[in-house]
Amino acid sequence: MAPRLGKVTVLSALDDAHLADVTTSEASLRRFLHGLPGVDEVGAEARAAGLSTRSIKTTAKQFAIDLAISMIDLTTLEGQDTPGKVRALCAKALRPDPTDRDVPRVAAVCVYPDLVGVAAEALAGSGVKVASVATGFPSGRTSLAVKEADTREAVAAGADEVDMVIDRGAFLAGHYRQVFDEIATVKQAAGAAHLKVILETGELATYDNVRRASWLAMLAGADFVKTSTGKVSPAATLPVTLVMLEAVRDFRDASGRQVGVKPAGGIRTSKDAIKYLVVVNETAGEDWLDPDWFRIGASSLLNDLLMQRQKLATGRYAGPDYFTLD
Amino acid sequence: MTKFEYAPAPESSAIVDIKSSYGLFVDGTFVDPVDGTSFKSVNPATEEVLADVAEAGAADVNRAVAAARTAYENTWSTMSGRDRGKYLFRIARLIQERSRELAVLESIDNGKPIRESRDVDVPLVASFFFYYAGWADKLQYAGAGPAPRPYGVAAQVIPWNFPLLMLSWKIAPALAAGNTVVLKPAETTPLTALLFAEICQQADLPPGVVNIITGAGDTGRMLVEHDDVDKVAFTGSTDVGKAIARSVAGTSKKATLELGGKAANVVFEDAALDQAVEGVVNGIFFNQGHVCCAGSRLLVQESVYDEVLDRLKRRVGTLRLGDPLDKNTDVGAINSAEQLARIRELSDVGETEGAERWSPACELPDRGYWFPPTLFTGVSQAHRIAREEIFGPVLSVLTFRTPAEAVEKANNTPYGLSAGVWTEKGSRILWMSQQLRAGVVWANTFNKFDPASPFGGYKESGYGREGGRHGLLSYLNTEEK
Repeated sequence: MAPRLGKVTVLSALDDAHLADVTTSEASLRRFLHGLPGVDEVGAEARAAGLSTRSIKTTAKQFAIDLAISMIDLTTLEGQDTPGKVRALCAKALRPDPTDRDVPRVAAVCVYPDLVGVAAEALAGSGVKVASVATGFPSGRTSLAVKEADTREAVAAGADEVDMVIDRGAFLAGHYRQVFDEIATVKQAAGAAHLKVILETGELATYDNVRRASWLAMLAGADFVKTSTGKVSPAATLPVTLVMLEAVRDFRDASGRQVGVKPAGGIRTSKDAIKYLVVVNETAGEDWLDPDWFRIGASSLLNDLLMQRQKLATGRYAGPDYFTLD
Repeated sequence: MTKFEYAPAPESSAIVDIKSSYGLFVDGTFVDPVDGTSFKSVNPATEEVLADVAEAGAADVNRAVAAARTAYENTWSTMSGRDRGKYLFRIARLIQERSRELAVLESIDNGKPIRESRDVDVPLVASFFFYYAGWADKLQYAGAGPAPRPYGVAAQVIPWNFPLLMLSWKIAPALAAGNTVVLKPAETTPLTALLFAEICQQADLPPGVVNIITGAGDTGRMLVEHDDVDKVAFTGSTDVGKAIARSVAGTSKKATLELGGKAANVVFEDAALDQAVEGVVNGIFFNQGHVCCAGSRLLVQESVYDEVLDRLKRRVGTLRLGDPLDKNTDVGAINSAEQLARIRELSDVGETEGAERWSPACELPDRGYWFPPTLFTGVSQAHRIAREEIFGPVLSVLTFRTPAEAVEKANNTPYGLSAGVWTEKGSRILWMSQQLRAGVVWANTFNKFDPASPFGGYKESGYGREGGRHGLLSYLNTEEK
């Protein structure tokens, strides 16, 4: 039996009007978020571990590897980033494997705001998007005015997508309305650019918090919810991504609006990436198996995918020197 | 390919060498049955005949019990606990070494998915042997007095749903305590027990300590009724269990019976719903529902009924049914034509009695014995599908309004093997576990087994405990000499 996910009504009490009511006050927002069904830690982790035993071989593996490549937000977020480094990364994004033109392009290149211009120029007209982190990445500890300005500058410089961080301090202190307002403000500042909201799940610590923060971000207008900055350990994990996928699935059932998911940080091997795709497939369903709705924030993952791709085609592994560094 | 469809990922069966015929394992060697009759073991996923297996008659039972008696008197009961432990540790390690072979054969003979035989059955089998191996030289600390003694010869009869796992629950504690055994596996799943016999040979286990005789109900009856048997252990249906209880009444034989169940899985409105649904699915569709402690009755609080049902149906729709040897199969084959007929009959009764039947769109293979994952809604306590053990992938869904009503309904069954409670409220878990009359109560999980944890039933689910220290005590005689 092929996995098929029918559309079902969950959280059926939530129609559009109700969702709007939820965000009218600090108290109603808190009541709503605390009223979401809890997440059992042991159960969620067991489910993720169970799904990761799926055996993806031959044609399914080929499909998954190409899909994973097309979902990558190829990322460099270092203090030592330079225009030269970013241009090199963009070249890699456009042609991941110079010896094989059938390899799909990645989804986006993700950089700091000051390098958006460089990336935008290098990727112009290619279809590969420019994503910029913003709002005082990675800690988010600046004023709202600075966050807004940070966002506007990134978009003005050519960012198609903005990856903002939430104020984890405010979230953990229970100031949900503040987090909501920040996201809504940044969403407005981002204009037409797609907004990815980084929850930094490693700092939220519990799955209940991950579920609440996902809903909070979606209610405030997020186009994507993203696990991590990559600067905090643990970054993306399979169970955290599972919980976020459950949230976007339930949110679409409740509101009719589809929101994407982006795990970022710590996904380095093809095997890992394929596990994530399996979790997407069997949790949110095939509607999310598309670069428009699922991204993987990574850098070294790309070369492992290329290596596995070549192995499937030729039956042999080539050494790392046969794949370009960036 | 335009969709993410999992390509077939079959585990190779080349690792297993299935012989065309098998004899009885008596006194350390494979022997032909005295009257030469045999039966066939069939692969339930393909209906292909796997092997001819000897059918033990009265003379064979005599021979096996005599071998066990001799081994008990001369070797096993006089050996130090430390040395018995060494054999058990050796068997446990061999099970791990040959785990892939055992898992593949179990899936071929039983029909269960390789994912389960590989990740659940066989690792648990090894862990039971490791656990009881550790007890062998510590019996005086088991709480059975300063010098507990074995009973002697144990007659053990096991079912077809977990052939190897039930073997380990029986043989490991019996041997650790110093008993010798004659074990009869079920007639539809004898092959892994016979492979286990080879492992006993490989471990140099003294002849006669473990004897494995194959056959159907008559063989089992002759074994448990044999005069020279000191202890009877049975896992299987309540009807057969009652017959065994009658046969041991008035004898000096000790008996443990692990029988049927009709467990309630109780989901409260404050449960972690996604994980509760996962647990409900695992509770009833694990091993095609061929589990005596399966959560075959779902009790949902009415206030979250729609939401739970929606989530449950969506999740059941993702189950992958098919080739048990495919590593991505979630639901395998029904073990036998007979069992399939019973599942069909009771499901039809469910419909006739007015419950609403639902299964996901699901193609069943042409050959073999298959039944789709099935839910019945609108079920009441009066329906047969809410009372009788179906022993298949069929879930009856009922509702309740208050915790007291949940307890009342959960306990309103002749069985009492297990129960599940799903709530985020710790105090309610503790209260429920005191109210539920079931041998095992799982909280926010289901179908979890551990060698250190006792397992067994209330009421018609049997008596005696297996697993843990309690399971060891079932094989130790604490009476004065």
